[in-house]
Amino acid sequence: MGKVLMKGNEAFAEAAIRAGCKCYFGYPITPQNEIPEYMSHELPKAGGAFVQAESELAAISMAYGAAAAGGRVFISTSSPGLSLMQEGLGFICSAEVPVVVLNVSRGGPGVGGIQPGQADYIQVTRGGYNGDCKIPVFAPAGIQECVDTIYKAFDIAEKYRNPVLIFADGMMGQMMEPVVLPEAKGITAVEDIPSVKPWAITGTDHHEGRNVVYSLRMQPDVLEAHVEHLFEKYDEAAKELVDYKAYSLDEAELVFVAFGTMSRLCMEAIEILGERGIKAGLIRPISLWPYPDAAFDLIPSTCKTVISTELNMGQMIFDVKNAVSGRFPVDFIGRTGGIVPSSLEIADRAEKILASRK
Amino acid sequence: MKTVFEPTKGMTPADTSYCPGCTHGIAHRLIMEVLDERGLLGNTIGVVPIGCSINAHHFMNIDMCESTHGRAPAIATGIRRVHPDKVVFTYQGDGDLASIGAGEIVHAAHRGEKFSTFFINNAIYGMTGGQMAPTTLIGQKATTCVSGRTVEQAGMPLRMCEILSQIDCCVYAERVMLTTPANIRKAKKAINRALDVQLQGLGFGFVEFLSSCPTNWGLAPKDALKYVEEKMSAYYPVGVFKKPEGID
Repeated sequence: MGKVLMKGNEAFAEAAIRAGCKCYFGYPITPQNEIPEYMSHELPKAGGAFVQAESELAAISMAYGAAAAGGRVFISTSSPGLSLMQEGLGFICSAEVPVVVLNVSRGGPGVGGIQPGQADYIQVTRGGYNGDCKIPVFAPAGIQECVDTIYKAFDIAEKYRNPVLIFADGMMGQMMEPVVLPEAKGITAVEDIPSVKPWAITGTDHHEGRNVVYSLRMQPDVLEAHVEHLFEKYDEAAKELVDYKAYSLDEAELVFVAFGTMSRLCMEAIEILGERGIKAGLIRPISLWPYPDAAFDLIPSTCKTVISTELNMGQMIFDVKNAVSGRFPVDFIGRTGGIVPSSLEIADRAEKILASRK
Repeated sequence: MKTVFEPTKGMTPADTSYCPGCTHGIAHRLIMEVLDERGLLGNTIGVVPIGCSINAHHFMNIDMCESTHGRAPAIATGIRRVHPDKVVFTYQGDGDLASIGAGEIVHAAHRGEKFSTFFINNAIYGMTGGQMAPTTLIGQKATTCVSGRTVEQAGMPLRMCEILSQIDCCVYAERVMLTTPANIRKAKKAINRALDVQLQGLGFGFVEFLSSCPTNWGLAPKDALKYVEEKMSAYYPVGVFKKPEGID
């Protein structure tokens, strides 16, 4: 199939349909509204089910129910909506059910604004949910990459029986880019669910024994053993899923660390700095959890500063400092509130930081 | 030898964890007996709430999932979309359904979700130790209203059958009480009606069971049943609030 020009949100919805999504549950929130809109008319045509939930609390709960029953489930929201979904996300980790969640994020805190932001970094990587659990988080930097990530995310969620979160800022939801859509996989027939997901609640006539999907473990030793089991999964996931890209690190004097929209601006800033005779590079984490610590071993000794560059007041910087581990100075460039800086602004600020570190 | 009685296959052999005199056990068994008699146990998916009856899946011998607090109707909505031809129900207490889950139950009813909700109303939070619920009666004592609930402090108790029966796509709502053999037979009839409504795809069906909580009410089991009959049913009248034509 050739390239088509699509708005991000619509391409993301189509990617989920093509991945065999059975159910989508959504609640209106800007800047991701095109996703529930698209799903409402396209998912039923593909044999799936769309429900406009009464809240994000209900949407994540519907997602849990449908996924516990063996359906492939996709939900999307934007930052304040993700806050409301935290209850469900932690529960779903505990109950070990696969759900794919897309956060088309905006500025905060609170209602904040509707322009692009990355101020949910700590929320998506550390969670607002209670308890010991982890959710793999991917931060694509363009519509094609986001489409491919959503398409793959269902298999990852099902392999680990855990939510998978895709963190695409509002810029990616709202812009248009050419995209090659993946092949449609088709929806698993209800009669085939028990063989694909033998743990799913499908009725005892349809599988051996009796299936119960649950979270409550009243005995501390039983709960501890369960959490240890979850962490064995997370250890395996951390090895398999860690992903990043590194650009022009050779002899770099400064290294940007940026994801999503910010990483694209940093690529332009690297060119601008190059014209000024400054060698700059970029580490782009693709998986935010697991965080690609190993990428930071690639930073050359010529480096004078590692600059965490974010659409927030400095959230990923803690992971950057942890990964750098004192080997280089760590600085920060950021804008927040929905403001996306120009690549020129980033280059200018980076040049000043570099001068102060020389 | 002719079998004249046997326990339903719908209940596991496990002893229930409920207090002496609690009517959860009766409600569990009635629902499972009806599903068993209708040959539906193997094609049923149930959702249990947060509260005492989170343990119901240890006793109900069917596929089940636990719920986040109050979200069972949303969870059942999701299950229903994957399994449109199976029996789906939620089993919820009054703290779960009428307080933290008030939004989810209203909207499941509003969408006309084709599952059944069995609502156990004992007018108190049982599992957490007897706090006031939205359903606690005026004058009734609880650990968060030790002198008795007052209108000034906490408003009037919520009547869920009355509220839900105002919603067009909630097509069946009935309140029963688990007190005497005659009333328990009526409750069983109500469970059958709810399943008829669901199997015929008529809309959302709701059965409220006035239930006892001797432990947190501070009453002996027999006195607790008397309290249900005299005090609870005076504020929460039993009967059919709404029933589609063709459902007997």
